[in-house]
Amino acid sequence: MTNNGNQAIIALEHVVKRFPSGRTWFTALKDINLTLGRGEFAGLVGPSGSGKTTLLNLIGSLDSPSEGRVDVLGREVGKMNARESATMRKKHLGFIFQTYNLIPVYTVYENVEFPLLLLKEKADKRRKAVLEALEWLGIESKAKSKPTQLSGGECQRVAIARAMVKKPEIVLADEPTANLDAENSHHILQTMEQLNRELGTTFLFATHDEKVIKYLKRKIRLFDGKVASDEIIQS
Amino acid sequence: MITIKLAYRNLIGAGLRTWLNVIVLSFSFVMIIWMKGMLDGWDRQARIDSIEWETGGGQYWHENYDPYDPFTFEDSHAPLTPEQENLWQEGKLVPVLITRGTIYPEGRMQNIVIKGIDVNQNLLSIPTARLDTSVYGIPAVIGSAMAQNSQLKEGDRLVVRWRDANGTFDADEMVITGIFHTTVPSIDAGQIWIPLKDLQRMTLLENEATLLVRDNTEDPMPRFSGWNFMEKNELLKDIETIIKSKTAGTSVFYMILMLLALLVIFDTQVLSVFRRQKEIGTYVAMGMTRKEVVALFTVEGGMHAVLAIVVGAIYGIPLFIQQSAQGISFGLSGQDFGITMAETLYPLYSMELIISTIFIIVIATTFVSFIPARKISGMNPTEAIKGKIQ
Ligand SMILES: Nc1ncnc2c1ncn2[C@@H]1O[C@H](COP(=O)(O)OP(=O)(O)O)[C@@H](O)[C@H]1O
Ligand SMILES: [Mg+2]
Repeated sequence: MTNNGNQAIIALEHVVKRFPSGRTWFTALKDINLTLGRGEFAGLVGPSGSGKTTLLNLIGSLDSPSEGRVDVLGREVGKMNARESATMRKKHLGFIFQTYNLIPVYTVYENVEFPLLLLKEKADKRRKAVLEALEWLGIESKAKSKPTQLSGGECQRVAIARAMVKKPEIVLADEPTANLDAENSHHILQTMEQLNRELGTTFLFATHDEKVIKYLKRKIRLFDGKVASDEIIQS
Repeated sequence: MITIKLAYRNLIGAGLRTWLNVIVLSFSFVMIIWMKGMLDGWDRQARIDSIEWETGGGQYWHENYDPYDPFTFEDSHAPLTPEQENLWQEGKLVPVLITRGTIYPEGRMQNIVIKGIDVNQNLLSIPTARLDTSVYGIPAVIGSAMAQNSQLKEGDRLVVRWRDANGTFDADEMVITGIFHTTVPSIDAGQIWIPLKDLQRMTLLENEATLLVRDNTEDPMPRFSGWNFMEKNELLKDIETIIKSKTAGTSVFYMILMLLALLVIFDTQVLSVFRRQKEIGTYVAMGMTRKEVVALFTVEGGMHAVLAIVVGAIYGIPLFIQQSAQGISFGLSGQDFGITMAETLYPLYSMELIISTIFIIVIATTFVSFIPARKISGMNPTEAIKGKIQ
């Protein structure tokens, strides 16, 4: 199961996801088969309601499939217990949300430091990594600010710094530019592209934003819970 | 450790909201300790006063004597043995003879208890030296409550009637030679203290006594047949019961304080679960297990109590020190309620009291935070991340 000649880091086989809807079930994902290799810069694209977030949640082990299997980093998500999936998220996954989801009472510095605290990193190591991440995103000067004092673009940069600070294997970004203007969107995409290149981090986006789609190296088009097309952009 | 660090960071980060809760909690702390300290101080003072004025280190009661039944007084007396007399001479025992009598202050008839006590004793604080005077009539001292009820003042003369050992009525004139002020009502109201010798002569009970008060020491004392020894603590039980019953109201008051404190925390924590839903989802996405999130919220709640101890100490300790040194004045005495209570109370803030209060509040606060925190564990992280109210 390889793609682009790389080792598969994410693999989905016959994945179905249903949600209870009244007295019946609503099928949000219908027989998804998909493989992502290490270091990809890929995106799930498709209209609202096509199942992008649902798919991202399955890969992020925040939810489990109704049918089929989801393998992340060589392990089957559906078979992991709560502690194991939490450990996987803590060590190997970074999340970026449309609504940033920063901890409001923390400073920028503390928000970025948070994943390292969970990993029980030593203080000096934490400090070095946080400062480095703030530098990547160009927000060193905001270290002491609280999220409420920042613009949307700055908040999302903090969220990216937080996702990247532990140098995870996979970053899952759900509509990261939905609340940003064009300039901020481009800036953030460029930064992520650079991190993908330099650190080899695998990025998987969920988006319907053309500005994001332009940057993707692989577009997995979802429509009505199914993969409608999967195209690799040759650079 | 990480949980404590994060909880601390969350609390400090929340700023004003945290401090408001902490101040309310600290207020409860300080009030509870203050009130309990006052009661303990009252208890201690009442015990000391009772020992000094009434019980001494314990009492030997004539086997028929029942202080609650004045009709037993006629049959509850016995002559002192030579051994008892020796101990009396050494100042280790004070004999008291008790009988019923009637006085007629301002023409009203009033039943009283007449107590004869050695004028030279200094084991009890009753000012018996005031009885050691030569006046025309029988010298008598009374407590201020008795004086007030019967409209008596120093120098007043009054007729007293009693029955002697043969049951024959007799009457004589008494002179009030002293009025004493005590916090112990059970030696004051309805009683007149006169010299033991006089009462023995009046009742034809030469050398007899109803009870013997022993000194407040640990020295060994013999048993006397026909006399029951009443331990000091036995005799003090009464005040404890009274104080307990009088303080039932206060207990309710600090139950309310405690509930108020817990309600504040509970409310904060319940609100948190909803307000911080997105944050909770984010914690889970970043790799915390649900158990860890519950632990974090529980510790956050409990930590309010810890901060409240610190804040409470800042204003509580000076307050407690000041009050235990200067006392709290109520401007009225316990005599007005028929209980042993001084006009100025010196609260007693023991280490035990403070530690137990802190312990209870920290445990209760933590528990109360745990309940809403546990609700989190049922939350779907994918929904929580979006911050939807469920
Ligand atoms: N928890 C849920 N319960 C019920 N239906 C859901 C739930 N999550 C998503 N859905 C439904 O699944 C479909 C796909 O949703 P989603 O993955 O959020 O789409 P997208 O992210 O592409 O906009 C939508 O129709 C949505 O209403
Ligand atoms: Mg979505």
